[in-house]
Amino acid sequence: MPLQTPPLRGLHDERGAKFTEFGGWDMPVEFDSIQSEHAAVREAAGIFDVSHMGQIHATGPDATELMQRLTTNDVTRLAVGDSQYAAITDEDGTIIDDTVVYRLPNETDDGARADEDGEPTYLFVPNAGTDESTHERWITHRNEWDLEATVDNRTDEYAMFAVQGPEAADLVDDATAESITALDRFEAQYATVDGVDCWVARTGYTGEDGFELIVPWSEAEHVWSLFDCQPCGLGARDTLRIEAGLLLAGQDFDHDSDPRTPYEAGIGFTVALETEFVGRDALAELEREGIEEKLVGFQLIDRGVPRHGYDITNTDSRVIGTVTSGTMSPSLEQPIGLGYVPVEYAEPGTTLQVVVRGQSKKARVETTPFIDTV
Amino acid sequence: MSFDVPDDRRYLESHEWALEIDGTVRVGISDFAQDELGDVVFVELPDEGDTLTQEEEFGVVESIKAVSDLYAPVSGEVTAVNDDLFDAPELVNDDPFGDGWMLEIEADDASELDDLLTADEYEDQIA
Repeated sequence: MPLQTPPLRGLHDERGAKFTEFGGWDMPVEFDSIQSEHAAVREAAGIFDVSHMGQIHATGPDATELMQRLTTNDVTRLAVGDSQYAAITDEDGTIIDDTVVYRLPNETDDGARADEDGEPTYLFVPNAGTDESTHERWITHRNEWDLEATVDNRTDEYAMFAVQGPEAADLVDDATAESITALDRFEAQYATVDGVDCWVARTGYTGEDGFELIVPWSEAEHVWSLFDCQPCGLGARDTLRIEAGLLLAGQDFDHDSDPRTPYEAGIGFTVALETEFVGRDALAELEREGIEEKLVGFQLIDRGVPRHGYDITNTDSRVIGTVTSGTMSPSLEQPIGLGYVPVEYAEPGTTLQVVVRGQSKKARVETTPFIDTV
Repeated sequence: MSFDVPDDRRYLESHEWALEIDGTVRVGISDFAQDELGDVVFVELPDEGDTLTQEEEFGVVESIKAVSDLYAPVSGEVTAVNDDLFDAPELVNDDPFGDGWMLEIEADDASELDDLLTADEYEDQIA
């Protein structure tokens, strides 16, 4: 199957980016160097093309009910302009995907924004490559539950950029006609960027303050070019996320190869058990009984770099888990990683071993995030 | 993008270079290889005195995004290891054909170098 291309593929290529396949998309992995891109985000600002992330729009009288039943968090807490992190779980409570759900201004039947008498409207962002299956899931359940809601997959209609870092707020504020500095974390609004109508959200995925802009595909190049900061690729995204202890889809949870519940993955805060959703009963039972394994952060004490798939052992060399994400942390200049281990090994300070190409390397469980973030 | 391919040395298809200096063969990785790897953060090398066989795996170079095995260009004894790389692995990126060298081998048979790619042949490979 041919790779999908982000709207800025040509621009990235001219800029000298290297590309990689990610979730069926041909995405920039590195523009200059992962270390310099990483440092720019921690110290100033960087911009990421995250147009590979899915964008699904749900509106109608039963849109709230549909979102409530298919995500783990409580969407009724969202006022217009709010957003929340949530998991999408299977009947057994395992994570199919994680997502951010935005409550947009209500819409009228003709698609116009009409907060007063329109229908509740949501936009949510599934991970790369899962937009079609997620869209199908929403449609199937809507039909099964006989709910009145329109669900559109708009992944190909909108580009998405993330401007991240301590200078991101100033950069975005300079670019938007309306002031966006009053937005709190996880708040969003429509704003115009040089005349282009964009959804601007104070969300992001690096641990830093930052904004995501959802931009009409045809205006992507124009809006991107207005941001004079370091372009960043997926490589820096990975190192930034690991340092912040944030999950990488397909690595830290993978519904096919290593199904995990939100409690195991450390995102139990996204589970609103007082609501009814697919997987709720399984998670309620797990919450009562407790989990057996959980995702922990660790630092490698010996020299080496932990990588996805490496075995984690106890000090008796018995395999107790697997590294899900690992890297040499550019900020800490130390090898760090994430992996699932039995809860009795999850206490910070616990000594573990990671098997790096056949050699046992000493590791220590650390609290996450590994670095202080917003 | 064009890469440096000095013609005073030979190359392996796996991107190591080998430069003969007075009967000793100095080894590193190419400009192309360091660029493909990106920021090098860790290098694992053999000890002085170890013996290697041509094409044997002798170590590992790790960047933030990838890990890559290293292969010996000739058979012989390791007579020097670039210790600077343990504290400054970025030398591999900064100066792959110079300060980023990795080890030196006392070749059992220097004619093994003839088995390797010439600069022109290697340039064709990475083109």
